[in-house]
Amino acid sequence: MPLVDVKGLCIDYKLQNGYLRAVDNVSFQIDEGEVLGLAGESGSGKSTIAHSILKILPRSTRVSGSILIDGTEVVQMDDRTARAYRWKVVSLVPQGSMNAFDPVITIGSQIVESIRIHSKVDKADAWRRTRELFSLVGIPEGRAKGYPHEFSGGMKQRAAIAMALSLNPKLVILDEPTTALDVVVQRQVLGLLAKLRRELGISFLFVTHDLSVLSEIATKVAVMYAGRLAEISNSEAMFASPKHPYSRALIHAIPTLSGDLSLVKSIPGVPANVLSLPSGCKFHPRCPSAFDRCMKEEPRLLQMDDGSSVACHLFDRGRKDGRE
Amino acid sequence: MSGRGLFAKQVVTAVDGVSISVKKGETLGLVGQSGSGKTTLARTVVKLARPQSGSVLFKGKNVFDQRRNEAKAYRRQVQMIFQDPYESLNPRATVERAIEEPLVIHRLAGNSSSRKDRTLNLIRMVGLNPEAVSKKYPHELSGGERQRTSIARALAVTPELLLADEPVSMLDVSIRIGIIDLLKELKRELDLTVVFITHDLGVARYFCDRIAVMFKGKLIEVAATEELLRHPSDPYTRQLLESVPDPAKSAREKFSSIQKG
Repeated sequence: MPLVDVKGLCIDYKLQNGYLRAVDNVSFQIDEGEVLGLAGESGSGKSTIAHSILKILPRSTRVSGSILIDGTEVVQMDDRTARAYRWKVVSLVPQGSMNAFDPVITIGSQIVESIRIHSKVDKADAWRRTRELFSLVGIPEGRAKGYPHEFSGGMKQRAAIAMALSLNPKLVILDEPTTALDVVVQRQVLGLLAKLRRELGISFLFVTHDLSVLSEIATKVAVMYAGRLAEISNSEAMFASPKHPYSRALIHAIPTLSGDLSLVKSIPGVPANVLSLPSGCKFHPRCPSAFDRCMKEEPRLLQMDDGSSVACHLFDRGRKDGRE
Repeated sequence: MSGRGLFAKQVVTAVDGVSISVKKGETLGLVGQSGSGKTTLARTVVKLARPQSGSVLFKGKNVFDQRRNEAKAYRRQVQMIFQDPYESLNPRATVERAIEEPLVIHRLAGNSSSRKDRTLNLIRMVGLNPEAVSKKYPHELSGGERQRTSIARALAVTPELLLADEPVSMLDVSIRIGIIDLLKELKRELDLTVVFITHDLGVARYFCDRIAVMFKGKLIEVAATEELLRHPSDPYTRQLLESVPDPAKSAREKFSSIQKG
């Protein structure tokens, strides 16, 4: 049984006059110890998915479909159960978490507080646990009494990861965890995540707009566009032979240090605006391979022979039924 | 500096003994981690910061002892584009006004109708549609449109040297290269010299003729781009290069090495 099993997830935000579909029919699984990278441009729905798993979407949001975490259905979960589930089963390292610490309280006290809110342990045990977490993420234990301004960006990010690990969750959701860091520190944080995965068997959902980071850490990559899955493949397949024209374009939009620069190309047009989506395939106005059908009909997610899934009509030729 | 207390002065040396020259027509990349002094160096070149010692020569003349009229000309000849176009554009000025303003200040286009023509041309030059954007305010634009507007504003006064400080790092990955391609094209057309500040070595490789690496305020290494990437001579440069995620290498190979590391 996979740790995370998301099926047919649809999420609508409430607007003044009706609802706005931010996530449309998304399905994926995360196995134990796996790192799923969820990639996409701003507005693609990736953070919305992360928030739906944590049950921290605004109350007015409409969610349908199923999110099974470790066998428990999350979509219909009531608030009380959700409070117990959050942090213990799934935790979050939020975007900009480096700036999420209260500047006038020591980092250690903030972690102790979060431990004591979620579990019945005394202060001494919580401090013991906090020091343990600090050494786990590679911060000297003595720094637990330090204030946020005494920490560098990379250390604050490590502390945010320590906090997310405090109650031994099975899944940690990371929302753009390395975006604000420079490459040297980013490399260290990625190394830490790989170590945690190896030593503790934790699964990660890694949300980012930067595919190149995922090539370093993800075992599986899901590419989102306009609230829909464009492609989901294991990491090697995604970077060696991306199938969806959008995944291909995204990979070619990143100049690398060893790749062929003549292949580097920007994606024409602007990221899709969910308030006014085009007909058919949502990527067709920016797609170099679009044909008539793409304007009329929305592609379904097709299962490919190598285990990946692609939502693109190019892969539907001569196929009678595209399985979902 | 001595003295302790809340308002005592403390001196931090942000840029330390850096000597570098930029040739006319080249694109020089300035790379390094945050806090390495690359932005301070650029701010000194545009005279937003004053060095304690040393000099900045532009066409052989120290920019810190210019006469008044030379200083004004210099402020036209050298332009800077900033990282966050949201913060560098006046939120209450339309695209048209933002681009027209430097033309007025430097008295570059005589009457208002020729100024207007020139503004519309600049908007077109950066790949925007004047009818769609000229009356819009920054908050009505996408990130890419905003950055194109600040490029048009910088180029309005026909500068010779353009300093671009992380101009694409706030933008979505998919449109970054579009902005860099625009800068490349404008550089060629307008015969510009560009100093491009970035922490993204991939983008630096794509755009720059030479790369200068900074670390803790010091200049570590300068070399032609491919030479620097292939044969870095300094250990810090090597560490920097090894830290860059590279999807072009096999994901599996990278993954196993990180697992061991």
